Amino acid sequence: MIQFLLKRIGVVIPTFLGITVLAFALIHMIPGDPVLVMLGERNIDPVYYREAMHRMGLDLPLWQQYVNYLGRLLHGDLGTSLISQTPVLEEFRALFPATLELSLAAMVFAVVFGLAAGIMAAVKRGTVVDHTVMGAALTGYSMPIFWWGLILIMLVSVHLGWTPVSGRLDIEYDIAPVTGLMLIDTLISGEPGAFASALEHLILPAIVLGTIPLAVIARMTRSAMLEVLREDYIRTARAKGLSRSRVILKHALRNALMPVVTVIGLQVGTMLAGAVLTETIFSWPGIGKWLIDAIGRRDYPVVQGGILLVASMIILVNLLVDLLYGVINPRIRHAR
Amino acid sequence: MNKYSLALGALLTLSAGGAMAAGTLVFCSEGSPAGFDPARYTTGTDFDASAETVFNRLTEFVRGETGIRPALAEKWAVTPDGLTYTFTLRKGVKFHTTPYFKPTRDFNADDVVFTFQRLIDKNHPFNKAAPAQYPYVTDMGMDTNIAAVEKVDPYTVRFKLKAVDAAFLQNLAMSFSSVQSAEYASQLLKTNKAGLINTQPIGTGPFVFKSYQKDAVIRFDANPSYWRKDELKLDKLIFAITPDASVRYQKLQKGECHVMAYPRPADLKGMQSNPQLQVPQQAGFNLGWVSYNTKRKPFDKLEVRQALDMAINKKAIIQAVYAGAGQLATNPMPPTQWSYNKSLKDAPYDVNKAKALLKKAGAEKLTLSLWAMPVQRPYNPNAKLMAEMIQADWAKIGVNAKIVTYEWGEYIKRAKAGEDDTMLIGWSGDNGDPDNWLGVNLGCSAVGGNNYAQWCNKEFDDLIVKARTLTSQAERTKLYEQAQVIFKREIPFTPVAHSTVYMPMSKKVEGYKISPLALHSFYGVSLK
Repeated sequence: MIQFLLKRIGVVIPTFLGITVLAFALIHMIPGDPVLVMLGERNIDPVYYREAMHRMGLDLPLWQQYVNYLGRLLHGDLGTSLISQTPVLEEFRALFPATLELSLAAMVFAVVFGLAAGIMAAVKRGTVVDHTVMGAALTGYSMPIFWWGLILIMLVSVHLGWTPVSGRLDIEYDIAPVTGLMLIDTLISGEPGAFASALEHLILPAIVLGTIPLAVIARMTRSAMLEVLREDYIRTARAKGLSRSRVILKHALRNALMPVVTVIGLQVGTMLAGAVLTETIFSWPGIGKWLIDAIGRRDYPVVQGGILLVASMIILVNLLVDLLYGVINPRIRHAR
Repeated sequence: MNKYSLALGALLTLSAGGAMAAGTLVFCSEGSPAGFDPARYTTGTDFDASAETVFNRLTEFVRGETGIRPALAEKWAVTPDGLTYTFTLRKGVKFHTTPYFKPTRDFNADDVVFTFQRLIDKNHPFNKAAPAQYPYVTDMGMDTNIAAVEKVDPYTVRFKLKAVDAAFLQNLAMSFSSVQSAEYASQLLKTNKAGLINTQPIGTGPFVFKSYQKDAVIRFDANPSYWRKDELKLDKLIFAITPDASVRYQKLQKGECHVMAYPRPADLKGMQSNPQLQVPQQAGFNLGWVSYNTKRKPFDKLEVRQALDMAINKKAIIQAVYAGAGQLATNPMPPTQWSYNKSLKDAPYDVNKAKALLKKAGAEKLTLSLWAMPVQRPYNPNAKLMAEMIQADWAKIGVNAKIVTYEWGEYIKRAKAGEDDTMLIGWSGDNGDPDNWLGVNLGCSAVGGNNYAQWCNKEFDDLIVKARTLTSQAERTKLYEQAQVIFKREIPFTPVAHSTVYMPMSKKVEGYKISPLALHSFYGVSLK
């Protein structure tokens, strides 16, 4: 196990290095710079321009900027935002819990409903239930997030009045962040009604962000289950007189989970990409919106640092998924 | 609907938010400010959250107008040569008391001197401790033109200028001139925390900064010791940051905010027919235009510019590009700008005459580049569509326009270098002074800068340079009116439209005035 972990970590280092190069190159390839973007059509004094670029260290040759960046990175310094002049890590720490909370909620929604739908479709294969579930999954998968979010807001929030339109908490609650996870912070604060408010605010964004992963998980669960259900040991289990639910949940599902877990791991990346749109629609103060703004403003340190941190999260999740395989399937554990 | 969904609905409805505190106004704003030190920034989003709430300036714009009124300066005197301004400061004005700063004295001349020294002196100790650029100050020429800021006595300050600047008092009303507390600055310097001036602002303004969560919310409390008590009618002011315009509208409909910024033109009809809402509007203090590069052939010929000008169907553009939310423009400044010449008229739309003019200039079958901005601007919501419409208009007179675009920073850079034939661009007024339109966009000194037409006309330039040195508004108006006649005769650019500004808000909101300068201010506003 330890050997496996070391091997994986060995792969992670060049991956990180590659990400730093890519993030640095991509953002610098976009024309324009922070000073020009900020001034727009306003006039610019060449002396002022040179000074501003010098102060930001942007007058150096690109390779030198990259080396300086890498040097700082090795000391754990992700840099300081050129626009807000706040350390990148500090901004990330303030905003990431919001994305984490939203992604976790969306994942719980996607896994619970995705597995249930997939199992149902597999068990009732070829029936109306199967066709309905798979049709819905295909629709969910093809749904443009922006449109889906707005439709839900109009229907559930404005028309039915069940949930708030956007944000993380009703405006009258002023709760200082402790963990940054609103559900936990509202509980800590002890303010009556605050937790319910946070929960209400989480529902629609989680549904919107979880819709695509839900569809993928449902389809994958169905096909994996169908394969497993044909196996001899399932027939044996049935012949032994085990209950239908025990056969499906204990014998079939456990063996069908392997590809499903892989897919769930891969959905983390999809989710972070989807978070950008979901966060914009629901005014959710997370890292998606933060990165998009930074790209628009050519805030290089934020883009570079942000991409690196997000990539780290994805790498970490994939590592966890790999470890989880062993837990689900002892054969893999032994093979290592 | 099954019993579970009913139960869920009931749970959500039961816990739906408690009543908002009376006198709490929620503004659905469009984005997060980058910081709270107004001098560092250039956009309305930054200014709304700091300059319009926390701070005051020596002079300030009258609400809903471009004229100024005394603010932290009670009165002022200008020497006949226009180079020295002496301000008498208001007494009894208090800086905000917050958990991070408790003032021990009232506002006085030291604060004004600190504020402007920091902006004009790169070696000021505060700039060493918290390095920052002040782009707008530079853009308006304030850093190079202010020779000295002196304290005459605790309540008198003297500014000495290097050259006459007729717009000086207007510039002092601009957001970057917000007066900071010298006492707070020295506390920050002593504790080695100068950077906090951008995140924990202290001013004398109507609202006291309470907290900010990026991309979520900014909270302000009313300033209990505000010097202009009659204009403070709210207990709290909250900015609910909501980047998407459709979502802002949904929040307004549901009562989650009282006022929203920047509606989508497509939503306006629905808003206007909603009995809960009011949608005041005002002609925007901006102008979108088509610029002709007068340094390039054949655009140096008046006939060519006239032909292109009269072939543009502005009415169709306003319908399609501005979705009706625009006003046809004829002058190089908006109608709400003082000195606007009302007598000027557009040349009538005439395809045949345009063709004849091109023939006369020897520019038949002209092929040209028409640049379109890659971004949405207040004066032009869709430059690509506008360019396509103009392309079609010009095709009717035999002109083949190729639409070109670049990344926004690159676009401006190349345009200033005069690489275009014709281009779409525009301007939003800064300080309500006519020179901010005619001088900045058409003056000879602006060639290579914002004078995208690269147009230098001596007759025109003499008028605006002279107007800059006068302090009488009546005399200046005469000169600017003449200058506009010359502009209309020479057509260095074709003014297309001024966008209309709409501010949808709940009918509970009273006393809101739309700022022509695209700022959102909430002093003087109350809730029914």
